[in-house]
Amino acid sequence: MSTIVALDRLLDARRLWRGQPQARAPSRQPTGFPLLDAALPSGGWPEAALSEVLLPLDGIGELALLWPTLARLTRAGRLVALVAPPYLPFPGAWANAGVRLDRLQVVRADARDVPWATEQCLRSAACAAVLCWLQQADDRTLRRLQLAAETGQCLGLAMRPAAAAAHASPAALRLSLETNPARLRVLKCRGGNPPAQPLPWPLPRGEAPVPAADSPHAAASDRA
Amino acid sequence: MLWACILLPQLALDGVLRRHATPDEPLVLIDGPAQRRVLRAANAAAKAAGLRASLPLATAQAICPRFAAVEHDAAETARWHDFLAAWAYRYGAQVSRQMAASLLIEVQASFRLFGPWPRMEALMREELAALGFRHRIALAPNPWAARALAGVHDGLAITHDAPLRQALGQLSVERAGLPPEAATSLRRMGLRRLAQVYALPRAALGRRVGSDTLDQLDRLSGALATPLVCYQPPDHFESRIEFNYEVGATGQLLFPLRRMTGDLAAYLAGRDGGVQRFVLKLEHERGAATEVPVGLLAPERDAAMLFELARGRLDPVQLAAPVRALQLIARELPPFVPAGRDLFDVRPQQAVPWEQLRERLRARLGDRAVHGLAVHADHRPERAWRDHGESAVAPPLPRPGWLLPQPIPLRERVSRILAGPERVESGWWDGDVRRDYYVVETAAGQRAWVFRPAGEREGFMLHGWFA
Repeated sequence: MSTIVALDRLLDARRLWRGQPQARAPSRQPTGFPLLDAALPSGGWPEAALSEVLLPLDGIGELALLWPTLARLTRAGRLVALVAPPYLPFPGAWANAGVRLDRLQVVRADARDVPWATEQCLRSAACAAVLCWLQQADDRTLRRLQLAAETGQCLGLAMRPAAAAAHASPAALRLSLETNPARLRVLKCRGGNPPAQPLPWPLPRGEAPVPAADSPHAAASDRA
Repeated sequence: MLWACILLPQLALDGVLRRHATPDEPLVLIDGPAQRRVLRAANAAAKAAGLRASLPLATAQAICPRFAAVEHDAAETARWHDFLAAWAYRYGAQVSRQMAASLLIEVQASFRLFGPWPRMEALMREELAALGFRHRIALAPNPWAARALAGVHDGLAITHDAPLRQALGQLSVERAGLPPEAATSLRRMGLRRLAQVYALPRAALGRRVGSDTLDQLDRLSGALATPLVCYQPPDHFESRIEFNYEVGATGQLLFPLRRMTGDLAAYLAGRDGGVQRFVLKLEHERGAATEVPVGLLAPERDAAMLFELARGRLDPVQLAAPVRALQLIARELPPFVPAGRDLFDVRPQQAVPWEQLRERLRARLGDRAVHGLAVHADHRPERAWRDHGESAVAPPLPRPGWLLPQPIPLRERVSRILAGPERVESGWWDGDVRRDYYVVETAAGQRAWVFRPAGEREGFMLHGWFA
């Protein structure tokens, strides 16, 4: 008993620090894929942060990865903005995937205006999620977007070419979709080590888990 | 009812002075035919130099060597009168500018909103002083009495009939708004005050001075109610600022623009409306004016937002010639419906609602840059969508998430066909389509939506990606 007290005292006196920070609250933004959620330290998309999805090609399931999230957000009545999508989002397919089309807004922008438009959308807090297709983005641009996502408390999702994997990025989460064989690799995730093994793709869909309750009691019990 | 009369003794001069760069230097308004110019009004500095109204211009030049002379413009004065009527409209629903150089406002109905009369009067005086107009204000139970009392008193407030009779009794016959010849004949009869006139037998007085004078006397005392022509605020907003120097860059227009959008916002708040579209006209010395339209998707009236949007449209404009005047014209003023907000909604800093964000994006990226998505009931994929409006029910068919705007020949090697063919044949009336669609997998692992025109055996056209 006395040792515990001594340890507490050492901690209080700031002579001893805990090595590991306390566990983060589980994310309230599940991806809709239980396997992927389990592989991520926060159990979903990092909230109020920028996430990257690196794509070598078009048409390899990038929308299938995002649709469950977009469907969940739009069905909750939240707005989702698509900034500079490479093609026309075909409304029939998006509606069949469960996305509410009236909560979807497409923003057309030139390549040089994409970062600006994305930042405006992220910062405004008017959207629940902002998807952008960045062709050229340097570290500064990404950092700005990351900060804007934090300011606007918004889920930022940036689609980037696979070549960007070679460069570091301030994004909180980096996923890479690969083909031949098709798989999903977690390159970086804030708050934990990325899983060593890539995940199979396509991932089995699961019922979206109940979002963690955002109540002070839950948070308190986590800390206790 | 209680009527306030705001008398504007120097309306024409004040209108000129408030646009003038140096109002402290001698300035006069001149009038009359070219052979015989007469001073119409003089400002304080000019009066100090010995100039006064109705002096011939030649005499004035002999008295004072240097003064600025501005031609009196009746239309300009009328515009200022209108401007002040629009300003007064916020204090009462009944505003009349029927009587020259004065505004009449029914104020009793507004006491609950603005507080009792002394507070309201102070508010009016403060705003008029800020606008730069001399004024005298009087309050009386009827507009005619208010106008007559404002001519001799400033700040008089009469709310009941007994004190009104007393105050009117003290009024001299020349100041009562009677026909001039009647006032002269009354004076010659030895009647100086209205009290003496009211004491006379009515029928005898009527025979001597005519029924017009009797009517005016009755109006003053409130016995005869004569309706006034009430001011109706215009259904559009126009504002123009003329520069006395040449403006070569749009950046220099921002300051006047901020004042104009501020005026527009104040005007919109007054009529509880919003603006959906307005035009900025940049007038040049010669040649047609440059028009910069500013359009919004939904009516707005926030001054800062209107300024920001107008600025976004003005910034990229290349000026072909220096600007001499800036004009703001707003004709489409639909009712304003404020967006509902949650009282307990904790919003992050710098948060803007979607409507404002959308306008900001459109201002920079173009009018058609932001759009929605909707399913349109058509079998042809290129026509099965709309960028606005209600969405039809999507048929449960395999359709790709990405659609190419134009089908292109498929360059990737096809490793296998996953589904198809699905015949799409429609539109003989506008753009006939006969195609067999397949879902294929390419060698690289992409899933593509491709078609062949019906009947052909070679080659695929790529029309979408199953992403």
